[in-house]
Amino acid sequence: MSALSHSLYVDSYREPATNEPAWLSRLRRQALARFEASGFPSPRDEEWRYTHVAPIERKLFTAATGSADTDAAEALIESCRIADAWSLVFVDGMFVPELSERHGLPAGVTLESLASLLALSEADGNAAWLESGLERETESDRHGFLDFNTAFFTDGAVLRLEEGVALEKPVQLFFVSTRNDGRATLRNLIRIGRNAEARVVETHVGPPETGYLGTVVNQIEVADNGGLNHYKLQLDGGRAYHFGGSYARVARDGRFGHHLLSLGGLLVRNEVHARLGHAAQTEMNGVFLSENRQHVDNHIRVDHDEPHGSSRVSYRGILEDRSRGVFQGRIVVHADAQKTDAEMNNRNLLLSDDAEIDTKPQLEIHADDVKCAHGVTIGQLDPDSVFYLESRGIDAATAREMLTFAFAAEIVERFGPLRERLRGLLLARFPNAQ
Amino acid sequence: MNTLLRIENLHARVDGKAILKGIDLTVKPGEVHAIMGPNGSGKSTLSNVLAGRSGYEVTEGTVTYRGQNLLDQPPEQRAREGVFLAFQYPVEIPGVSNIYLLKAAYNAIRRHRGLNEVDALDFLKLVKEKTRMVDLDEQFLYRGVNEGFSGGEKKRNEILQMAILEPTLCILDETDSGLDIDALKVVANGVNALRSPERAFILVTHYQRLLDYIKPDHVHVLAHGRIVRSGDASLAHELERKGYGWIEAAAAGA
Repeated sequence: MSALSHSLYVDSYREPATNEPAWLSRLRRQALARFEASGFPSPRDEEWRYTHVAPIERKLFTAATGSADTDAAEALIESCRIADAWSLVFVDGMFVPELSERHGLPAGVTLESLASLLALSEADGNAAWLESGLERETESDRHGFLDFNTAFFTDGAVLRLEEGVALEKPVQLFFVSTRNDGRATLRNLIRIGRNAEARVVETHVGPPETGYLGTVVNQIEVADNGGLNHYKLQLDGGRAYHFGGSYARVARDGRFGHHLLSLGGLLVRNEVHARLGHAAQTEMNGVFLSENRQHVDNHIRVDHDEPHGSSRVSYRGILEDRSRGVFQGRIVVHADAQKTDAEMNNRNLLLSDDAEIDTKPQLEIHADDVKCAHGVTIGQLDPDSVFYLESRGIDAATAREMLTFAFAAEIVERFGPLRERLRGLLLARFPNAQ
Repeated sequence: MNTLLRIENLHARVDGKAILKGIDLTVKPGEVHAIMGPNGSGKSTLSNVLAGRSGYEVTEGTVTYRGQNLLDQPPEQRAREGVFLAFQYPVEIPGVSNIYLLKAAYNAIRRHRGLNEVDALDFLKLVKEKTRMVDLDEQFLYRGVNEGFSGGEKKRNEILQMAILEPTLCILDETDSGLDIDALKVVANGVNALRSPERAFILVTHYQRLLDYIKPDHVHVLAHGRIVRSGDASLAHELERKGYGWIEAAAAGA
């Protein structure tokens, strides 16, 4: 196999067999041309400095053909299903309606697979916004994975809330991978209307011993005074490669919460970028855990375009064994964004001498009347705290596990309405902590 | 009469510096011993050596607790055997709730004694009752251990833990320092309520005031890493009148 699989991907490109609209074929070809020229991101790119994706380049992941293996997927789904939620299930990049749950969705809500919406006629009324939604490139963030995703996405979830619709139950999106050397390439569109509100739980899961590549890109729009709490549960198996990016635009008075639990995968990149309008708010809370030889990269960017916005970014990393973590975060306060209130914080626990964290929080401020702060800590468990627990009869190993869990759980406490359920998922990794 | 704790010729150092230079102390069940002394005399070092904190290196001597070598045991083993240290500076542990720590500790001790883990409801009832005894609001149970507690609340929380874990040997390391009179009474009431023929206390204190509320059987004065004087409760009053200067002078001249 060639050392650079990206040319093989380019060679394998075929026009989708479905009757995709011409505008989409054009977008795909443009993205493919950029991907052919640049390939996957290189560590020479400052935004990718700490993450080498060469292991991905040395493999060729193939898209599934035929129908999805839903038996294998079901157990994986049940291991992380949120009770009382609507759901869309994608297995190996393909939509599986029979595992999805959409009964009782209120009026004004579209929850559908992207491919099936695209296959509908232009007269359906969705074409225009789908085109504008997909065409909106994530201009400041363009790189090989996004182009790859645009060229090759097979499907994805579409969630659209009309003005004033507040979804009472969360929507869980499952992205399940089951095939060794398989790829799942998905594009999700989420549009929250004016005064509308939703919770979306994006869930990535796969078997522990299976190597696959998942690339999932979310394009998110929150209209005036709308609210989205977006949860990402990255629970991939230990041999998985994952690129996930969420790109949100938040209009006036809108609220965008992003809550990440990144627990799995061999090589993982979690990107979340938000552009904030007038008095828009974002809160980004992340917990990443890595062990063995895992590599987990968290890339965050917040752009304050207009006045009175606020952003709170709090990420915590727990790194064991020979694993490596990255936190690269940047908040940009543009010249018009007076009265911005921005805070970015990354704290890390290194539980092994061989673990590594590269952390780089940055503030870039072009306005003069703002309140901004950032901070980083890297440390070990506090020996005084360990001793305190030991002195109460708790053995050293359990004491350390309790303290490590507590470190992560403090972030999960900020996860809003789903925190109890997600605390349980985290706790599964610390069986002696509670 | 049997002995609960016997300390013989105990020498210890911290960061290579000798702090304890030959402590001898015998504690019998049911007794209350007060250990007083000026700052830097080694009071807290003695507490920490007994509880097993790392970094405190015993260079000579023995400590026998219930007939066993205490110094061989890891800290959690000592705790399960009934040794309890009320910390001078209780640490804050955000993210671990008070109630959870209490339950984990309580069950660890029960398992060690071959008992079943406690039923959650029974335990909650016990904890609520003890919480009232130390005059803490129930909401403290659900907060992180000592997180954002005032100095007095932290000390009362130590007494709460002691009351629930029902240790055999209670070591209070300057629990009274920095307390206002109300909190001091709560601490004293907690200790007095736990006094029993089987249980012993070592009260490490800098101030005589605590002993107005807890009457000790023995008072020892620690200076320069040795017990330089032992007596009954009246020794504490003598110290209150004369200060520590005369003891230190006598110890230095010895």
